[in-house]
Amino acid sequence: MDAQNLPPRLRLRGITKRYAATLANSDISLTIAPGEIHALLGENGAGKSTLVKIIYGVVRPDSGEIAWEGVPVSIPDPNAARRLGVGMVFQHFSLFESLTVAENIALGLGATETIAELTVRIGEISRRYGLAVEPSRHVHHLSVGERQRVEIVRCLLQSPRLLIMDEPTSVLTPQEAEGLFDVLRRLSSEGCSVLYISHKLEEIKALCEHATVLRGGRVVGECDPRVSTEQQMAEMMIGGALPVAHRGAPLHEGKPCLQIDKLSLATDEPFGTNLRDISLLLRDGEILGVAGVAGNGQKELLAVLSGERLSPHPDAVRVCGTAAGQMGPTARRKLGLAFIPEERLGRGAVAEFPLVENALLTAYGSGFVRAGLIRFGAIAQYARDIIKRFVVKAAGIEARGSSLSGGNMQKFIVGREIGTRPRVLLAAHPTWGVDIGAAIAIRQALMDLAAAGSGVLVVSEDLAELFEISDNIAVLFHGHLSTPKPTHATSVEQVGLLMGGGTEAGASPEVAHAA
Amino acid sequence: MRLSLEAREKPARIMIWASPLLAAIGSVIGVSILFAVLGRAPLTALYVLFVAPLETIDGLAELALKATPLLLCAIGIAIACRAEVWNIGAEGQFTIGAICGGGVALAFGGNDSWWLLPLMILAGIAGGMAWAAIPALLKTRFNAHEILTTLMLTYVSIQLLGYLVHGPWKDPQGYSFPQTRQFESDALLPILIEGTRLHIGVLFAIAAVPLGSILLGRTLMGFRIRTVGAAPAAARYAGFSRNGVVWFCLLLSGGLAGLAGICEVAGPDGQLTPIISPGYGFAAIIVAFLGRLNPVGILFSSALMALLYLGGEGLQVTMQLPIAVTGTIQGMLLFFLLAADVLINYRVRVRPSRASVGVARHA
Repeated sequence: MDAQNLPPRLRLRGITKRYAATLANSDISLTIAPGEIHALLGENGAGKSTLVKIIYGVVRPDSGEIAWEGVPVSIPDPNAARRLGVGMVFQHFSLFESLTVAENIALGLGATETIAELTVRIGEISRRYGLAVEPSRHVHHLSVGERQRVEIVRCLLQSPRLLIMDEPTSVLTPQEAEGLFDVLRRLSSEGCSVLYISHKLEEIKALCEHATVLRGGRVVGECDPRVSTEQQMAEMMIGGALPVAHRGAPLHEGKPCLQIDKLSLATDEPFGTNLRDISLLLRDGEILGVAGVAGNGQKELLAVLSGERLSPHPDAVRVCGTAAGQMGPTARRKLGLAFIPEERLGRGAVAEFPLVENALLTAYGSGFVRAGLIRFGAIAQYARDIIKRFVVKAAGIEARGSSLSGGNMQKFIVGREIGTRPRVLLAAHPTWGVDIGAAIAIRQALMDLAAAGSGVLVVSEDLAELFEISDNIAVLFHGHLSTPKPTHATSVEQVGLLMGGGTEAGASPEVAHAA
Repeated sequence: MRLSLEAREKPARIMIWASPLLAAIGSVIGVSILFAVLGRAPLTALYVLFVAPLETIDGLAELALKATPLLLCAIGIAIACRAEVWNIGAEGQFTIGAICGGGVALAFGGNDSWWLLPLMILAGIAGGMAWAAIPALLKTRFNAHEILTTLMLTYVSIQLLGYLVHGPWKDPQGYSFPQTRQFESDALLPILIEGTRLHIGVLFAIAAVPLGSILLGRTLMGFRIRTVGAAPAAARYAGFSRNGVVWFCLLLSGGLAGLAGICEVAGPDGQLTPIISPGYGFAAIIVAFLGRLNPVGILFSSALMALLYLGGEGLQVTMQLPIAVTGTIQGMLLFFLLAADVLINYRVRVRPSRASVGVARHA
């Protein structure tokens, strides 16, 4: 390969960035060869996003050198980065819902060409890389996977020589992810380098040739992911041995604790998803996994279950046998329902409140209020117990929610919800964005709760997680829930097909019945 | 070299309390410049403004008298603000409270009934609550923003008062002045300190401080209010009804403003006139924010604002300055407070000038 003789596409030397008290990046060096697919690995807070922002010109480093194709450069802003040939696809897309694909791309390019000319170019790029996008469609009609393709096409139109992908597969089905990998490999073979950020180790093994591992703002190791095992890479990320979660023996045929009966409900949000003919049965001691790509009705389903959205009939939702469709969250909590929401700060916890008050947020109905007065002694003890039992790293019960890391906040919320001994627990993306150690502790807590006889419903985009902890798995697609199948009787491929809206070939009778 | 603002890791707690102090210092400097421009000796004017009113028992009693309506209105406003319910119309609820309580005084006064004063007070509170119930209904039913509705209803209430004192309630022996007849002596609040105008209304105001603190800090209702204000999605998740909190906050702040209104007319005024408030309900908004939306803080800020009113009167009398100076000083105080508040979340950095230095923020 002639790549050997070329200067590296990008070389960082001694990049350091300090924010007030925290050292986000410390003396980071990294080299990306032309055409190389380079993985950037690390837990939350390891400094990945700061480093990427520096490369893309969003943040300026305090010190260090950046060399682009052998020439020292400074990247004062994203425009400069794009002029050099750096393209970036963000984790959260920046598309306008009410505009068409072509209009969105035109905006992003700041281009002088007409929409018609641009449409032709979009067509060329999408054919060349097999990225199906329809320039005239409005973005709000597009699935998350399609939106990502729009973002990628927008980058490719600028002929980047380094493409940065930030957690690109968190919103894709396994099949869509495979399609994305083909595109990236194609780009790589044409000489475009890729910096691939992810915490999904199996993907990195499948895709990347080189990995740089960050921890605490420093480079702690480099490896060839094709050779290293996932275990080795994970241990490099967390800097220690990986704990393992254990599942207790599941109950057999417990009593129903949560039911939805043929519920259809129109969304109350613009661009939301309507729930279509949803039926669901969760039993005591069961962990039911709900897979699906984000935006297929997860939010709406959880709101209907938690009571934040009321159902048209009381019978549509039953909690522990009681018709609860028209009960609010407080009444359902009294029936034994607990809920771990997707958003931690702002929903599951209040950033400005100390932990002791965050404990009260959902526990107030469990004897912590007498005659309208808060029993601060009791709730303080409860908060201390949660911190101790779940090993929450915090400066004490007076520490504000905003001072905790995502993983520790989530452990606290999980502890609070489990601490009231619910008979049914809803968990939305319980380990999303949480570091590996905390994720294992949280999964363990969910499994322990089920082993103790409670029903647990887990909504997650992380298939590996669902396959690890669930007894049964169902898939949410376009607001409809497939019939759950025992985890051991299905596979990632089958679930992936359902996530993409496919029906199973040679469907089993129960699946046929559901459709 | 240039100055830039840099986001702090977390809010500086010391600045939360130091910022009102900075604002006060800034205001004093600003006011001094204002006096100098107006051709008055700044030090003398500052003395008249801030010190002279405090030199006599009578002055202190007047201070407490002026602070009473400010404190009552501001505590209600502050509690509502904690839920992000913006009651801008305390002035209107104050006026309706005065009308309702005053109406009771006019109707039943002079019979020496023991229930007259309690009934007047209840009528005043009920009037303020009723007036605040309108924006509460409009907000919870039609999503009409309370900033607009409470403010607009203030003007309605002032017109209503004007109509009553010019029309049906006008004193027949009042030489055609737009005012009601004087309340009978049994319809006046008892005087607390002989020889001054200070009446027992100040006790309600003082009681409101610990009660407000307990409500916000120790009760589930206060927790609901704070949660709805700090994180609406968390409140929904916890099962706290936003509408319930909106109703509670508006009724509470309306009731307190109504109480302030009846205390004012059954105290020093002793009758209804077209202008019963020098803008207490509006000044109370400044008082609430100056006191950090905290009842104990408001105790101090209401005293400061009352001092400004008294000192402002002194400036008019002894230094021939217009009353607009008082309003300017109030405005200056709020302006400096808001400016100093930036320092709670940001620190000022001096940097060598470079191309792209601006507001630095990090995720």
